[in-house]
Amino acid sequence: MKRFLISAALCALSVVAHPAAANAETIAITGGKLVIGDGSPVIDGGTVVIRDGNIVAAGRGVAIPGDARRVDATGLWVTPGIFAGFSRIGLVEVDAVDGTNDASAGASPFGAAIDVSVAINPQVSSIAVNRSAGVTRAVVAPTTARSMFAGQGAIIDLGADNDPVIKARAFQFVVFGEAGASEAGGSRAAAQVYFRAALAEAREYQLSKNKSGAAAVAEDALLKKADMAALVPVLDGRTKLLIHAESAADIRSIIGLKNDFPNLDIVIVGASEGWLAADELAAAKIPVIASALNNLPKSFEYLGATQSNIGRMKNAGVKVAIGMINDRDAHQLRYSAQYAGNLVSLNNVPYNTGLSWDDAFAAITSGPAQIMGLGDRLGSLTAGRQADVVLWDGDPLDVYAVPTAVFIDGKQQPLGNRQQRLRDRYRTPTEGSLPKAYDY
Amino acid sequence: MNIKTLNGGLLLLPLVLAACTGGTSSGAAPKTASAGAAAATSEKPVKLNKDPYPSTYKSYPGSATAIRGVTIFDGEGGQIDNGVILFADGKVSGVGGADIAIPAGATIIDGKGKFVTPGIIDIHSHLGDYPTPSVEAHSDGNEATSPTTPEVWAEHSVWPQDPGFSRALANGGITSLQILPGSANLMGGRSVTLKNVYARTVQGMKFPGAPYGFKMACGENPKRVYGGKGRAPSTRMGNVAVNRETWSNALDYKKKRDSGKDYTRDIGMDTLAGVLDGEILVHNHCYRADEMAIVMDMAKEFGYKVTAFHHAVESYKIGDLLKQNAVCSAVWADWWGFKMEAYDAIPENAGILQNAGACVVIHSDDEDQIQRLNQEAAKALSDGRRMGFKISDATAIQWITHNPAKAMGIDKMTGSLRAGKMADIVLWNGNPLSVYARPDKVWIDGSLMFDAADRKKRPVSDFELGQPGEGDVK
Repeated sequence: MKRFLISAALCALSVVAHPAAANAETIAITGGKLVIGDGSPVIDGGTVVIRDGNIVAAGRGVAIPGDARRVDATGLWVTPGIFAGFSRIGLVEVDAVDGTNDASAGASPFGAAIDVSVAINPQVSSIAVNRSAGVTRAVVAPTTARSMFAGQGAIIDLGADNDPVIKARAFQFVVFGEAGASEAGGSRAAAQVYFRAALAEAREYQLSKNKSGAAAVAEDALLKKADMAALVPVLDGRTKLLIHAESAADIRSIIGLKNDFPNLDIVIVGASEGWLAADELAAAKIPVIASALNNLPKSFEYLGATQSNIGRMKNAGVKVAIGMINDRDAHQLRYSAQYAGNLVSLNNVPYNTGLSWDDAFAAITSGPAQIMGLGDRLGSLTAGRQADVVLWDGDPLDVYAVPTAVFIDGKQQPLGNRQQRLRDRYRTPTEGSLPKAYDY
Repeated sequence: MNIKTLNGGLLLLPLVLAACTGGTSSGAAPKTASAGAAAATSEKPVKLNKDPYPSTYKSYPGSATAIRGVTIFDGEGGQIDNGVILFADGKVSGVGGADIAIPAGATIIDGKGKFVTPGIIDIHSHLGDYPTPSVEAHSDGNEATSPTTPEVWAEHSVWPQDPGFSRALANGGITSLQILPGSANLMGGRSVTLKNVYARTVQGMKFPGAPYGFKMACGENPKRVYGGKGRAPSTRMGNVAVNRETWSNALDYKKKRDSGKDYTRDIGMDTLAGVLDGEILVHNHCYRADEMAIVMDMAKEFGYKVTAFHHAVESYKIGDLLKQNAVCSAVWADWWGFKMEAYDAIPENAGILQNAGACVVIHSDDEDQIQRLNQEAAKALSDGRRMGFKISDATAIQWITHNPAKAMGIDKMTGSLRAGKMADIVLWNGNPLSVYARPDKVWIDGSLMFDAADRKKRPVSDFELGQPGEGDVK
């Protein structure tokens, strides 16, 4: 995907795209079990009013405008769409088919400059599949391949249109821990040096550019000019820095970076041992997008992993949401709800620390939106937010519920997908009067 | 673009391959099997010891127990509300309604609001062979040095200290599991069935009396691994050709073995002959419908039986064929898209198969999802019902209990709650077909091996001793 990189790197400022044309419709969804998504309790018989793509009001006793199209949600659950806190959706059709996998670029000369927003393909089948499972937004990150800096991630919507990216270059993604050490030459100490040196080069690049209008880059520079340019807004805190780390020791080393780089706007991703450093995370006000159910020592940086991790971090005051970190992250964002449900189940098991249902739902809606700096626009059914609304035929955190309707920016979405076509073709496996190939 | 490593073990291959010796490593095998337990008879020069690494598993003590007022899924498709289950001396001693008499002296557990199932069985696991921590030194699941390695036995790679066993027990209620070699090879080797009870040795975990399984693999993995080395197979037709050659050799070997004359023993051929004898059950990793159909014909050609296709994401396209051939499909609820041959996977696979009258097993192939096979079964159940198929809750439980037990050849001993069977039992704190349920207690052979309320009734493997999180809830 080299052809995109130059222009992307030159355009370092984040640009937030608003829906091109607001959906000029007024909709009132009435009678459902209403979940605002901000951690507040479920409201029986609540109403949501949508106008021109945004939430006007949601709650009980909300006035319904006369011109509203009414949607009866009696017997249904009404919630914000799921906001996948970390993913690679849109970058991959089939993981093991190279030509369809744009998550990483091992032979590219670039790292931090890589910008996934230009590679998101709204037609990958997993967007339709996950949309029909109630996922409406996702954080999309590149995967590291030749530098600890994976590149710039995007926020997307899963709408059935050709305009998926709502925020390009929303963050820089960097890996610490074992993966970062490996990328940086073989040790965590080397990763720290590389990281600091890269930021220093970005600073020099910025100063030189400010001074003379064009950046002079030393011949022995670690980074390409485009990589330096991409790191400038990170250094200033204008672009978030998502850092993957799992062990408590690595998390503490990241917290330590704030001393030298106070402007970094850090979000830690993964954090399977986060509970062991929860007080420090809370004190440093570093939010976490965590894997929900990791509980195995997959490597030595996960020794303390437990499903009670998120609950413990939350109780310690850490802002925490759920993400699919290296976990079927291109296809199974629909697991987010099941994972959140599992955290609720922990409340019924002695000695475990789970999340309340309301907090668990927030961890897959408003939580990621807030951590990504979009809480004022997305993630909950609060007045003024963009209207991502899902109607479910049951408790959305249990494994039985499916959406009966999905709205993104107030626009009702088609819920069909390729898997359903295969299902329908093979409802009866045997062939009829013609081969299956004629059945479509 | 790098293919990232998936969690599922499907692409798990050794990062560095040892020197490639090629071929099977049986040339220097001893001519005569060890005397072992079975003494040689006078008629035959060689009496094979079929059990040279015998199970030393011994069940732990338990007390006579009665759970009453509980909802029971019996594993064979039955559901009893307000039921009673009795077990003593390691065996189920009674299952029924509230009218069942509780013997004096039994420990009585009130099961109100709770559910009982047979111990959950995972037919497809790599615990121990690909243990955590997943460091390269632990990568012992694929002998990827030859496309046919029938001579390897998964039990010889099992690390009994894998922390994964404890998670499978505590969160998944797993009481028995089949450990398979990986799928790099067409013929990956023998599987081993374990009781999910930690022991110092793998022999101490081996399920007594369980038959061996034999792992085979279709499709992308063998042709990629060996084609990538510039050797056969590099295509699907190459896969079948190498298999047929090998089966043909196995028939010759079996003929020699059965002739009563002296013969040179071949460890790999012993396994293939065991398959041809019907004593070793074939578990065939295969994704695509068309390939499964070819494998079923190949089995007929050489006179063996495929017990189960594993992964089998396209089984739904040939439910009728699978039913005719009485082959089970061990499937995920909803994995798809991670490789080309998984492209047509659909969440309704299990439901369509069930509706077609074919045998369904839900498997994990994963150290995480083995902890929630009950939820995976529930997802498959839900998706099947949405097609209008009538599938009971109890049937979904059968997918993860009796059906895998049958396909592993242990159904006479475990897999359902019948008097006389092993008391492998899970008491769930809610309906196990809900995301909100977790095991409350798990008994294996009537011994309480996990108790959510007792911090010391939670196994901690050697690896985790003295580490952060030792003995923590997981």
